[in-house]
Amino acid sequence: MESNPSGRRRFLKHAAALAGVAAGAGAGAEWAARGQSAKPEAAAPEAKDPHFFGHGEPSRFVKSGRGARMSIDHITYYTPLQDYAGIITPAGLHFVQQHSSHLPDIDPEQHRLTIHGMVDRPLSFSMDDLKRLPSVSRIHFVECHANGSPMIHNAGNPNMGLPVQFIWGMSSCSEWTGVPLSVLLNEAGVQKEASWLVYEGADPGKFTHTLPLAKAMDDVIVAYGQNGEPVRPEQGFPIRMVVPGWEGPFNVKYLSHIKVVDQPYHTWNESMNHSVMREDLGGKSRWYHFEWAPKSVITRPSAGMKIPRPGYVEITGLAWSGGGKISKVDVSTDGGKSWKEAKLQAPVLPKAHTRFNFDWAWDGQEAVIQSRCTDEKGVVQPSRAELYKNWGIAETDKPARAIHFNGMQPWRVARDGSLHDAMFS
Amino acid sequence: MRCSLSLLASVIILAAPAAGLAQSRYNVGTPLSQEDIKRFDMMLGPEGKELPPGHGTAKEGAVVFASRCAVCHGQNGKGGIVRRLVIGSPGQPHRGPFSEADKDGISYYPYPTIAWDYINRAMPASKPGSLAPDEVYALVAFLYYQNGIIQENDVMDAKSLPKVQMPNRDGFVPAVPVYPPDPKNPSWW
Repeated sequence: MESNPSGRRRFLKHAAALAGVAAGAGAGAEWAARGQSAKPEAAAPEAKDPHFFGHGEPSRFVKSGRGARMSIDHITYYTPLQDYAGIITPAGLHFVQQHSSHLPDIDPEQHRLTIHGMVDRPLSFSMDDLKRLPSVSRIHFVECHANGSPMIHNAGNPNMGLPVQFIWGMSSCSEWTGVPLSVLLNEAGVQKEASWLVYEGADPGKFTHTLPLAKAMDDVIVAYGQNGEPVRPEQGFPIRMVVPGWEGPFNVKYLSHIKVVDQPYHTWNESMNHSVMREDLGGKSRWYHFEWAPKSVITRPSAGMKIPRPGYVEITGLAWSGGGKISKVDVSTDGGKSWKEAKLQAPVLPKAHTRFNFDWAWDGQEAVIQSRCTDEKGVVQPSRAELYKNWGIAETDKPARAIHFNGMQPWRVARDGSLHDAMFS
Repeated sequence: MRCSLSLLASVIILAAPAAGLAQSRYNVGTPLSQEDIKRFDMMLGPEGKELPPGHGTAKEGAVVFASRCAVCHGQNGKGGIVRRLVIGSPGQPHRGPFSEADKDGISYYPYPTIAWDYINRAMPASKPGSLAPDEVYALVAFLYYQNGIIQENDVMDAKSLPKVQMPNRDGFVPAVPVYPPDPKNPSWW
């Protein structure tokens, strides 16, 4: 029932075997490796180039990649938001926030998803079962609940990439394909008294989260596809939960067990990892955060980059909200004194990254650029000062650890064209 | 719309006799027996209904802690290469305020089941899931004793554990999580 989490050794062996197929073997071996007896009509050319049979890599001249931060029980990769165009995060650049020391190496043939608890028919689904069921494919962001936390501004190091990457790069956007969770729950027959789910991943740390049944029946996807290919190992291969618009921890990877229950389960995530102390609540902790409030950030130009000379600059960035579609993005180039509306680039989708662009003529003087978005519910992205005031955080407590943070990000343009993080200056 | 409704109707008509179950629409998936479910039914709710048989005390837990946990959490859970698990001391529980760094302290957790569940399924980080139920009961007994939450001789088992009174039980807002959230107090605020 449980997938084998034996980890790195087998994974590396597997990777080496694949590399051998791609780099050295001819077409016959490739077909044999796929377990097919028929040979192609005309033998394919001998493939020395991994681009021919392999998954494909970016040009060797492309240096962009994920930033990384590791600890004994944690793996974090940051999406290089500054480097890509459009709204889709390439699967290999999707952020990772893994609460275990290594990724599981799951054989999809062995993997099962079970549903039990308050259901009429407890069921186990194989990957083949899941793929037989009606599918949906939707574009949604997934974002770590700590993305943009004020504390990270001072914590960067070269391995983590540019500031927009390690401060805001735990948000990524993909086309997710899979079975609506409502279809699976209906197959199992949810009982009337049920109101919540609790569910677990097959990673070493058995990542677990609680979810209201109403959301589960609304738009949640049990995803096996990501941007047209199988969900990547770092993203939960072979299946993960995608909970559109809600904070990262709900989107449990390596999904293996769902239990239908009648109360919040108060697991480690909701109670400890996902809760936050709030001075405005008399030192009590806010817990059970669900959807993300509207957020936006200018990705280019941003800190660590340089505008080569005065004149035309295209300011571009991303905006998103758990509340639905982005309806408006404003850009200020004078530190928030005045605002002009940016162009939203189609498609503008609910609970998805939305690309905005803004034409700017830089006059060569010092400037502070920032974006501010509004979602279709009319909720406006606040400044950091507004958030701090509401949360009772003292202005002097600059790098306070405030998670679920959606404040605006100012970047300062110096006279030499270099850009700097101006969140706290 | 009419088209999709008629398709839906035909699927139901086709599926219902084949499945022999009133509501199953696709007849996909393998039924699970209660025996199957017992093998993985470990996610633990606040009432502790899923707790397995077993028991442990703080003294037994001290031994397990020294061999399996202290390497990261420090001697007696006072902090090592990860943050401390113990705030407060035997007989003197810490009732707040809690700083952000105190969140790892077992005293912070609102329910006594949380530490049991997390230790059972996610610890030790080098080999999660390798602790026997007796060891997990002993470890929580040890940690609750060190945090001043229970007495040294209290035995933790499936009955006693859920009854432990946690010092920060009332430290969470909203007190009872609801969905959808109060519009005046949206979940993202």
